[in-house]
Amino acid sequence: MTTPAGVPAGLPAAPEFTEPLAEWHRLHVRMLIVRPLNESIAMLVPILVLLFTGNGEKWRLIASGATVAAILAFSYLIWRTTKYRITDDQVELHTGLLTRKQLAVPRDRIRTVDLTSKPGHRIFGLSAVRIGTGQQDVPGTDGLTLDAVTSQEAERLRLLLLQKTVAPKPVSPDEPHAEPVVAESEVISQLDLKWLKFAPLSLSGLVAIGAVFGVLSNYADDLGLHPVQDLWEWLFEHPSFTLIGAAAVALIVVGLVLSIPLYILQFWNYRLTREPDGTLRVQRGLLTTRSVSVEEQRLRGVDIQEPLLVRAGKGAKLAAVTTGLGSKGESNLLLPPAPLSVAHQVSQDVLKVHDDPTLRKLRKHPFAALRRSVIRHVVPWVVIAVGLAIWAPAWAWPIPVAIIPFAALVGWDNYRSLGNALDDRYLVTRNNSLVRSTVALQRTGIIGWRIRRSFFQRRSGLMTIGATTAAGAGVYHVTDVGESDGLALADEAVPDLLRPFLLREGE
Amino acid sequence: MSPKSVLLWTMQAAVFWLVLFVPQLIVFLLVDEPPTWELALLIATLVVGVVHTAVEPSWRYRVHRWETTPDAVYTLSGWLNQEWRVAPVSRIQTIDTKRGPFQQLLGLATVTVTTASAAGPVEIEGLDHEVAQQLVVELTNTTQATPGDAT
Repeated sequence: MTTPAGVPAGLPAAPEFTEPLAEWHRLHVRMLIVRPLNESIAMLVPILVLLFTGNGEKWRLIASGATVAAILAFSYLIWRTTKYRITDDQVELHTGLLTRKQLAVPRDRIRTVDLTSKPGHRIFGLSAVRIGTGQQDVPGTDGLTLDAVTSQEAERLRLLLLQKTVAPKPVSPDEPHAEPVVAESEVISQLDLKWLKFAPLSLSGLVAIGAVFGVLSNYADDLGLHPVQDLWEWLFEHPSFTLIGAAAVALIVVGLVLSIPLYILQFWNYRLTREPDGTLRVQRGLLTTRSVSVEEQRLRGVDIQEPLLVRAGKGAKLAAVTTGLGSKGESNLLLPPAPLSVAHQVSQDVLKVHDDPTLRKLRKHPFAALRRSVIRHVVPWVVIAVGLAIWAPAWAWPIPVAIIPFAALVGWDNYRSLGNALDDRYLVTRNNSLVRSTVALQRTGIIGWRIRRSFFQRRSGLMTIGATTAAGAGVYHVTDVGESDGLALADEAVPDLLRPFLLREGE
Repeated sequence: MSPKSVLLWTMQAAVFWLVLFVPQLIVFLLVDEPPTWELALLIATLVVGVVHTAVEPSWRYRVHRWETTPDAVYTLSGWLNQEWRVAPVSRIQTIDTKRGPFQQLLGLATVTVTTASAAGPVEIEGLDHEVAQQLVVELTNTTQATPGDAT
């Protein structure tokens, strides 16, 4: 390590655990119980079904017993074959029985630490630790995850792993005996119960109903029942608009009611803090608790997301544009659905700027973009309507036709959303209607351009400019911007990169 | 671009359309009294396939460009839809070459330059094999001379 021996005095109260764990450690032994618990919740329904359908034949008992035993044995093997250690330079994890995996992450590349405790973990005081680096995650992999260690150990690891990444920051040598700062975190934002009014607007209840429905019908399919199909057939035979209407109303009401406990479940105890080790930390969750720490220097920008209804209620949520976060479960969330003004305030505090870049006045895109937007939203429904008119019963085709005006409205709103701006540090771009997203991306975080002109775009003098970055979605688009405006924007955002190319094209 | 890339794209397009066309033809010939829509689909596949195979490669060849400067790698690709990609040399993570069976046959290679963004790879397709190797060496040298972790 390059850290001089005298420096640790200046760091936040050096806790006794700063010593790297050079020896191999196992995950906590309580995982022998927790993993089966967490997994058998998922397996509970099939096991119960297996047990209680039929007439208590012996094979059912044996099969259920075998399933449980298999889960237990599996957990034991995972526990037995997994070990980790933290050396001076890297975090190493060895895992896997049949396929041995050895993961190593250099510690100076660690950008994020994500602690998650599911209910099973919490009962036994454990926490899963996910360590993220600057690399963009390959979808489907989960980075380096220690599932699980005790909560204290997780907290220690969080401090230890992120502290090292800050160490190279110049600690002023003039005041080697500066007050040993007691780790105090600055609260940027906390849950306000008034925000609950955005819960129903976010439609999370309906999404949850959909998810539960999906899982249940899967199980039903396994049992040879086909409730959805039966329902459809029944509906075709006895079409009743009152019934469909009533079902729709019931669904919406249940969805609205359900959305509030869901909001509480996800965002209870929500706190966004700036930690003394130079990280932003989001804590939240009622049953499953999460704590996501993001190295501040690696924050490349913010994304203000306004789902249509939330936007109508003047609300928004805020996400971080950063590297090293998994894509699962909104780990990049900085602020749950909350008033727009709060979102702007948080964005400003997080980015440490005086005025939020996402509030910049955005340049409108040319009129041709409106035409394109409306056409793109309307055409699919026209195609569906024509298709149904030819191949489906006569009552079917008016449905997509009735949707067309709304699609046109969405297209128009989508055009209204489009906009871009540039200030001395950020490129701001806004897109989409149903979930309007305003992204402020650090200009220094842009690592290339993808400039696309489709056949139709070339005919109307438009282009879509994608700024590629290592953070977040990997590319952020300025959609359907006028050709000269777009190139000027890109050229100005990252000086000298496009210029040689532009000159040549101009010849 | 090597002029041979026209041949490469022609071969690729031809194979693609043959894969679509041949099974249809077999079904058409084997089934007794095939329905008319099957014939229509067969003819449509043939017409679109022939036109595409005839037009796309040379159109593509007229569009495609690439260039490296000490600071950046540029490509222009596509035909109906066109895309420019730019990656600054200072942000390059890896440089790969790839040669498919057709490319090996024609002595061509594709050079892929990736950056830290999952969305940012710049592909230079249809280079003469030697040119590709030279390019890789050149880019590797300039990349190594640039400090930082390129994110």
